[in-house]
Amino acid sequence: MQIGEFVREKVLAVQEYSLLSWTALTNVFRHPFYWTDLYTQADLIGFGSVPIVILTGFFTGGVLALNSATTLAQFGAKAVTGELVSLSMIKELGPVLTGLMVSGRNASGMASELGSMQVTEQIDAMRALGVDPLKKLVTPRVFSTIFMLVFLTIISDGLGTLGGGWISSTMGIDVSQYFHMAYQSLRYPDILEGLVKPLLFGFIIATVGCYFGMSTRGGTQGVGRSTTQAVVVSSVLIIFSDFLLSRLTIDLFGR
Amino acid sequence: MSTAQTIPFPDLAPIDPTQPVVSFEHVSIGFNGHSVLRDITFQARSGEMVIILGPAAGGKSILLKLANGLIPPDAGRVRLFGQDINTLSPEELFAFRGHIGMVFQESALFDSLSVRDNVSYRLIEEHDNEEDITRRVLECLRFVELEDAIDKFPDELSGGMKRRVAIARAIITQPKLFLYDSPTGGLDPITSTTIIELVMKQRDVYESTALLVTHRLQDAFTLATHRFNLKENRMERIENDGIDPNTTIMVLKDGRIAFTGSLVDLLRSKDPYIQQYLA
Repeated sequence: MQIGEFVREKVLAVQEYSLLSWTALTNVFRHPFYWTDLYTQADLIGFGSVPIVILTGFFTGGVLALNSATTLAQFGAKAVTGELVSLSMIKELGPVLTGLMVSGRNASGMASELGSMQVTEQIDAMRALGVDPLKKLVTPRVFSTIFMLVFLTIISDGLGTLGGGWISSTMGIDVSQYFHMAYQSLRYPDILEGLVKPLLFGFIIATVGCYFGMSTRGGTQGVGRSTTQAVVVSSVLIIFSDFLLSRLTIDLFGR
Repeated sequence: MSTAQTIPFPDLAPIDPTQPVVSFEHVSIGFNGHSVLRDITFQARSGEMVIILGPAAGGKSILLKLANGLIPPDAGRVRLFGQDINTLSPEELFAFRGHIGMVFQESALFDSLSVRDNVSYRLIEEHDNEEDITRRVLECLRFVELEDAIDKFPDELSGGMKRRVAIARAIITQPKLFLYDSPTGGLDPITSTTIIELVMKQRDVYESTALLVTHRLQDAFTLATHRFNLKENRMERIENDGIDPNTTIMVLKDGRIAFTGSLVDLLRSKDPYIQQYLA
């Protein structure tokens, strides 16, 4: 493939993705809105992801406490383990790990489901039956992912802090001191940062998953390709946007 | 299913039988620099069935998608019921499709929905009441002789049964225009005949306009030389080797129209391509 053709293809893809994302968001102001599909997707994406988010959050908090306490003990600062765990979980690891887990589970699910519908002409059939697939399939997925990811992140933050507390207790740190430090160290900008990130990550997961699903070509092989691309692209975008948001928060709030 | 409200189908002005229901005016379209359809001009008047023949990958399915506004043409105009569909907003176009029933090549049934929900998809979106929906679904399934399959899912159906469900889904709102994309493609000869019989039944019972794409000459011959006898519930040959006056045949070659006319005209054509196609 020539370089010009490659660049043209990528620019076109970005244009189509932007258009899909914008339409999916602005569809909320256009009649009709598919509330039942929104609830169904919220159940699939939100409640369906709770087990992996609990496990990931709890053990991440645990391993964070394990490593931090070991290192901090060399400086006689084991007592600040709670501060380190809670700040890391709430500002960074909670949103990012939850985003990555949900991306692996749901961006792939959306891409494969919509991709299968695309290659079997079900999307065209839907349009032929007078139903806008962007309104019916994409918009409910985008809003339910954004909404549910915030709560999944809160669960992950809480379980991570709890997991850190459990490990700390096994390493001779006073549990009440751990939770006191974890609470005292938090400031409103930290909470804000931790809650704004999942809004953006949810948007990325759903729009990328739906975009690759809706643009699937080439039969079952194409569905597989779209699924892989959806997970890879959404994961990279989550990590990249996390960096940008962290930078912005530091610039705005100084922490 | 959804609790959303859909835009009601726009009312169409009473159809003048002399005016075309579908009209293509110098329509061209291509993909990735390759021209697929070139300067296509034809009309289908009310009650007429246009059978579109041509080789595989000749742009026949694209033509149907253009007729339904699923893809816009690169050049030219597509008019449905006298309205240029390029001038319609996306919302208007979605509502406009309420007057069109389309049967896709591979049926395109929603695989996560039962036969009942597939057939009643439009009615569910319009929020008709459940009793009315079930009654109309049963009527349509009775039309395609598939009442027993109402609670089955698409993966439990054979290829022929899927096509019949797709036809039931297309007729449920009694649209004024039907688009059939290779309804017999990939089916065995007996099942193909059953499907063609259903298409004929729909044509002769509802007297609606239809565009039918096929690469099987046999389908075109059967549709042009037979009609449906509703009393005996079977198709029969038109008396005195007659042909159906409302059936027109169109042949595509290299993205252009190579022939338009009746079956008799087709058989009498001296065009070398048509003769080769018929051979």
